[in-house]
Amino acid sequence: MPEINRPPKVYDVCVIGSGAGGGQAAKVLTEGGLSVVMLEAGPDLHPEQDFKEHFWPYDLPHRGAGVGGRLRNEINDEFMAPNGAWEIEGEPYTMAPGSRFHWFRSRIVGGRTNHWGRIALRFAPADFKARSTDGMGDDWPITYDDLAPYYDKVESYIGVFGTRENIVSAPDGVFLPPPKMRCTETIVKKSCDSLGIHCIPSRLAILTKPLNGRPACHYCAQCGRGCVTASNFSSSQVLLPRAQATGRFTLITGAMAREIVVGKDGKAEAVSYIDKKTRTEQRVRARAIVLAASACETARLLLNSKSTLFPDGLANSSGVVGRYLTDSVGSSATGYFPQLSKMPPHNHDGVGGMHMYIPWWKYNRKNEFLRGYHIEFDGGRFMPGVGTFDYACDLHEGYGAALKQNCRSMYGTLIGFEGRGEMIPNEHTYCDIDPAVVDEWGIPVLRFHWQWTDNEIRMARDMQETFQAIVENAGGTFITKARSDGARPYGITDGGVIIHELGTVRMGASPKTSALNSHCQAHDVKNLFVADAAPFVTNPDKNPTLTILALSWRTSDYLLEQAKKGNL
Amino acid sequence: MRRSPPTPVKSISRRDVLKSLTMGVVAGSVLRVIPAEAAEFAHQAIATEKAASGGVYTPKYFSAQQYKLLQTLCQTIIPPDERSGGAIEAGAPQFIDLLTQENPDYQLMLGGGMMWLDSTCNDRYGKPYLDCAPDQQSQVLDLIAFRKNAKTDPSLGAGVEFFAFLRNLTADGYFTSEIGIKDLQYIGNTYMKDFLGCPPVPEM
Repeated sequence: MPEINRPPKVYDVCVIGSGAGGGQAAKVLTEGGLSVVMLEAGPDLHPEQDFKEHFWPYDLPHRGAGVGGRLRNEINDEFMAPNGAWEIEGEPYTMAPGSRFHWFRSRIVGGRTNHWGRIALRFAPADFKARSTDGMGDDWPITYDDLAPYYDKVESYIGVFGTRENIVSAPDGVFLPPPKMRCTETIVKKSCDSLGIHCIPSRLAILTKPLNGRPACHYCAQCGRGCVTASNFSSSQVLLPRAQATGRFTLITGAMAREIVVGKDGKAEAVSYIDKKTRTEQRVRARAIVLAASACETARLLLNSKSTLFPDGLANSSGVVGRYLTDSVGSSATGYFPQLSKMPPHNHDGVGGMHMYIPWWKYNRKNEFLRGYHIEFDGGRFMPGVGTFDYACDLHEGYGAALKQNCRSMYGTLIGFEGRGEMIPNEHTYCDIDPAVVDEWGIPVLRFHWQWTDNEIRMARDMQETFQAIVENAGGTFITKARSDGARPYGITDGGVIIHELGTVRMGASPKTSALNSHCQAHDVKNLFVADAAPFVTNPDKNPTLTILALSWRTSDYLLEQAKKGNL
Repeated sequence: MRRSPPTPVKSISRRDVLKSLTMGVVAGSVLRVIPAEAAEFAHQAIATEKAASGGVYTPKYFSAQQYKLLQTLCQTIIPPDERSGGAIEAGAPQFIDLLTQENPDYQLMLGGGMMWLDSTCNDRYGKPYLDCAPDQQSQVLDLIAFRKNAKTDPSLGAGVEFFAFLRNLTADGYFTSEIGIKDLQYIGNTYMKDFLGCPPVPEM
């Protein structure tokens, strides 16, 4: 073993991970008077140097395509804020035979909040009562009413625009006014209205009014590149600076957590981590530990924290750690809308995301599948980038003046639709430790097991049918031809691709079937908490970030209270 | 018509901007935020500086002869017209050359494709593509510019794949350039006080 340094300092809390969950915990805990040390596996973020907001494609020699064109058509093009990657050199993960899973990992201060879609949707009351509603999965140990005050607090603090709609599946929140519709959105809205599909202003964590010292959005559509005015929400620009301002916050970057160390009394007392720069093992001591490393990294860390007291990994006497893994059901399609080619040139940018969306609307009827999905859509006259004209080129072929004109007339005429649906946990989908593989830091890696069930495939089929109905009802041409068979029936995405993977350290009333109690505190280790999406019992058709923030705030309040009572 | 960029909200010097970019942000404010005016100024400054570069280009990957062929093909794929310049004026060949130097797959697709094109012209007309008469050049391009031709004549398959790839990259290079973006009449990437919404959509 490498030499281990033992710093004398004992922090009140060690938070592992700096994204939505970790950032929220750090803010609440430090403002509550506790000292917090945060471990982040990646480097620090410097918006003023790192962000490429307002660059033109031609400002970079690769025009956004990256070295060798390798980022062409990737979400993570050269313009994106420093964030994460599907593959990280030296840090592999494996898949069981027959499984396909893609794991997006962030290694940067702020984590995935640096370039997430800012979609901030509350879970609905029924989402916490899955088993009571349809007999599948499990109920959460908390209800919507338990979390609602925290949703209020989060929305009031970070700023979310939206409108009050009274839709059962999409609870209203504390909203800033929404931006006006783009042309693409007026077309889809009109089509949905006549089909009886809800199409409402979306709910995004982007300021349309100044809030808490942050100026309002300036409508450049580039949230994903990082926002120099911090008009959108990220942990790195909105939460961590607040923790920093208390003077009780210590951030350690380049720190890859390896193991949670347990004392003789069965309580967590330190975190062992690899300092990436020196490749040495370090240890940081704390009275309580909050894991917020992202659902699968959190599970990995627990599974790798084996000891005589906890031979199956920490907080895992139930054996559920790594189980109940889900991601959102994704399927997408594209429509061609010729009426858009007649639009006069105008500024179509808007905020960095959709101004309108389609919440789940078939909640009060019998469907061919359980649970629901929402639909996101985008397109129109955005700033062109590499790959923008692939479709026009493939469709029209040829060359010369005709091709040039065809590209021009197709510009801004495509609208993409993306369904985001609920997956029900199944016994064939989970992650565990691959006994044969370690990463470059010597840490055993995760092995993923993945299987969609018929319920998700039927949902993907329904998505495709809905996309087609919306497009054709609007006079558009439905371009996508999703196959009903093959590896990805109805265009269903591989596991992990939607980057909503969660559920791997779930909460529950019984220590036999869950790892955490209703406060996201480990049943087995009372000074150990989880604040990312690992505790989620279901993965409804709403993006997880807002609920991560709300749940982390609630967990942190509880931790503060327990710390004050001397119970940790 | 392209709207002119909005004038900064208040007068601000480059020095102010650099100052706020480097230290003022962190030291002066709890939030690591750049003042809106500074951000706006910086965006314009970047655009102006980048636009000023120029000079003679030396190919990074292709030989002088191949690069000439690349330029010709790019310009044929997206030629100049009454509205705008062509692929060469947009810097598409430089962009493609840069990516090709970095990517062995591109080297195979493009380098190999151009060799295929010259061999095919040699077989048909006894000379490489650039030495062919314009109608001969059009004949061979008309064959490889459409996938259906490879269905009737499988020997065109490699040429069709090559041309489709080059067409995508040329469109990339063209429409991500300053003149290409202007050609599309894209309006945006700027600082707006409010989002104005959609002008009336023409009926179908």
